[in-house]
Amino acid sequence: MTQNTIYFFWDCLQYLINGIAQGSLYAIVALGYTMVYGIIRLVNFAHGEFLMLGAFCGYFALKFHLPMPVAIIASMLGAGIVALIVERMIYRPIRNEGRIPALITAIGASLFFQYTGQLVFGADPKTVPPVFKEVLYTFGEVNVSNIQVFIFGLTLLILLFLWWLTHYTKIGVAMRATSFNLKAAELMGINTNKIIAFTFFLGASLAGLAGILMGYTMSVEPMMGMSLGLKAFVAAVVGGIGVIPGAALGGFILGIAENMVAGLYKSSFRDGVSFFILIIILLIKPSGILGKNVKEKV
Amino acid sequence: MTTPLLDIQNVTMKFGGLTAVRDVSFTVQKKDLVAVIGPNGAGKTTLFNMITGIYEPTIGSVVLDGLPLNKKMASEITDLGIARTFQNIRLFNNLSVLDNIKIARHTRIKYSFFDGIFKTKKYRAEEKMIEEESIKLLALFNLDSKKDLLAKNLPYGAQRKLEMARALATKPKLLLLDEPAAGMNPTETKELSELIHFIREEFQIAVILIEHDMRLVMEIAEKIFVLDYGNLIASGSAKDVQNNPKVVEAYLGAEI
Amino acid sequence: MDYYLQILTNVGIFITLTLSLNLINGYCGQFSLGHAGFWGVGAYASAVYGVYFALPIDPALNMAIALSIGFVAAALCGLLIGIPCLRLKGDYLAIATIGFSEILRIIIMNTESIGGPRGFTNIPRWSNSWWVWGIALAVTLFMLNLKRSAHGRAIISIREDEIAAETMGVNLFRYKLFSFIVGAGIAGMAGSLVAHDQQFLHPNNFSFMWSVCILVMVILGGQGSVSGSIVGAVILTILPEILKLIGSNVSTWRVSIYAALMIILMLTRPQGIFGPHELFEKKRLKGVA
Repeated sequence: MTQNTIYFFWDCLQYLINGIAQGSLYAIVALGYTMVYGIIRLVNFAHGEFLMLGAFCGYFALKFHLPMPVAIIASMLGAGIVALIVERMIYRPIRNEGRIPALITAIGASLFFQYTGQLVFGADPKTVPPVFKEVLYTFGEVNVSNIQVFIFGLTLLILLFLWWLTHYTKIGVAMRATSFNLKAAELMGINTNKIIAFTFFLGASLAGLAGILMGYTMSVEPMMGMSLGLKAFVAAVVGGIGVIPGAALGGFILGIAENMVAGLYKSSFRDGVSFFILIIILLIKPSGILGKNVKEKV
Repeated sequence: MTTPLLDIQNVTMKFGGLTAVRDVSFTVQKKDLVAVIGPNGAGKTTLFNMITGIYEPTIGSVVLDGLPLNKKMASEITDLGIARTFQNIRLFNNLSVLDNIKIARHTRIKYSFFDGIFKTKKYRAEEKMIEEESIKLLALFNLDSKKDLLAKNLPYGAQRKLEMARALATKPKLLLLDEPAAGMNPTETKELSELIHFIREEFQIAVILIEHDMRLVMEIAEKIFVLDYGNLIASGSAKDVQNNPKVVEAYLGAEI
Repeated sequence: MDYYLQILTNVGIFITLTLSLNLINGYCGQFSLGHAGFWGVGAYASAVYGVYFALPIDPALNMAIALSIGFVAAALCGLLIGIPCLRLKGDYLAIATIGFSEILRIIIMNTESIGGPRGFTNIPRWSNSWWVWGIALAVTLFMLNLKRSAHGRAIISIREDEIAAETMGVNLFRYKLFSFIVGAGIAGMAGSLVAHDQQFLHPNNFSFMWSVCILVMVILGGQGSVSGSIVGAVILTILPEILKLIGSNVSTWRVSIYAALMIILMLTRPQGIFGPHELFEKKRLKGVA
């Protein structure tokens, strides 16, 4: 092997690691998308804006010199509370009007937060200090930062937590029942409104968490939710929307693919690759890698 | 013997591990009035879906007038002369009663797309004819006075009738009715049985119906096919079927 | 005066665009969220003709050629995207169309010969109000007559119930593809009009946001309603200008107000202003929604 090929493999490994770290963040955001879709079949376009608002809550907490853990909690709670308000005021009244009105409403909410955010917070990006001091470990030609390891570990932890929640707690089983058949769950005495609100809160607080964690790679700004939201959504669809492990899988696939393409080919194609994967998956298996096919009953 | 109108040859339908219909064969002659009965989940509607091309049989074939229907799309099969109604009514809810009928004329339209866009003479003449014919058809079902109502605003019984009228508007040779009496009271059911007889005589077509109302089935069907767990367990006249121990078992459970 | 003329031109272009999406979304019931992509393809294709291949002939003839190129290019894209995507339903189709339109935008961004991220400049100015309003009128008539023909009824029946439509002899794939191709093609013509009116194109003018804007115009007016599309396009093109007139303060809140209106509309009248009906329809449909 020539020197060049060896470097090529080192580069690939580096992109892979960066991709996994970035994919972890996509995965955390995609989880919220997928949970909400799973429960009320709504593509919540405002999910990215929950992330943005959460990130701003964290940013302001840090500005008032509160410690990092408090800032993280502020992000999660902030995003969660906004989601609860949006769900109660907008999504709940429209839930029975069919899919398209609900989707338009979600797009409206997304736009509203983006542009009102620009007016309230200003359009300029704001830098957030990293969660903790970044330390780089070098293995051969590859760098891994402690933050990357932290984020990856956190994602796995969240997945475990969600698995435990949906399988071993009362509210989790109620969530699964509601997502399986909302009407039947209601008849079984489950307060579905409460379950849906809880799902929104949970999903949005994960988005808020991702928002503040992203501060270390990108800055916080009102439009940050748009492309991230769209990416996370693509990740959710690729993995199989409505399926929790699918969202994580989709997130990792996207993160890795984007970093590979950006690194090996051209960074301006970074955004295109996720959509390309999306199209391929939709054509091969529209319900996503881990999704189940549903046939309409005639 | 002439070729039968409909010849179902050893059809099997599998969904994953589940066999919904297993090796079913039967024939229907021109102007026959037959019924398919069986407990819930016996595969009756699946059979209809295979005949109308909504599903493709896993094994076997459906032959209409000597022409195999395999690989044909549902819309082509309609063109060839099979029409149907649905167990859960499927009207075009937000369109008028008249438009529901007009849509069913689709495969018989002769004017081209450009005739429609430029409103040529051909378009106007044919549309006028369609309108008249459609109103005439609605009149047979006493729906002509309701032609401008939205389909979803019709009462339940009228919706069932409209669905039949719409199926007939495709000018079929064979009409499939999926539980036409579901949700009807005895008076309405009685009316329905007359209506089905009338349809056959007026349009000179064969009718297959799926029905749970045994009184209706025994009264009008000349031949009955019984499905149970996807298998054809009996066939024959009302009397034959009623006395068949297998049928009794399917409906009431095995005697101990 | 020029300012008002420009608004008038924009209204005409958006009427064409809204009607073209109404064919796909309102008539056929297919949920496309990538319509701006077709608009962009038409715009760029006819701009390429204008910049690199323009014939030394009368501008009116050149405009006619550019419009045809815009139509054909966008329609071909519609065909290319429609064949694989139209077997997807509802949300999935919407997602796939977003994906395709974003890919198209990224391809344009990365093509230097058409300006890439800097935008495409020096496009000859061939269009004028006559062209814009002529096309808008023609598309309006097309949509109205289509609605009253057997082919239009077949398309509308797909929106109402796919399986019933199929059982009535409507070839689902053919009619869906037809709506998609023609809808895309008309959007392409609107793109051609924009290119030769503004003489400048930028890939971000055809982003996801604009797909949403066009969709909102369709929904505001009422899906399936031609008069609705026209009213929707007029209101939403003029509204921002009115907000500007009220004051710069209001103008900065423009998109927020727009978004809030979108939500309020959905909460109070999700079927839009007209529902599926027309302005001058004989009041014969009883029990209208």
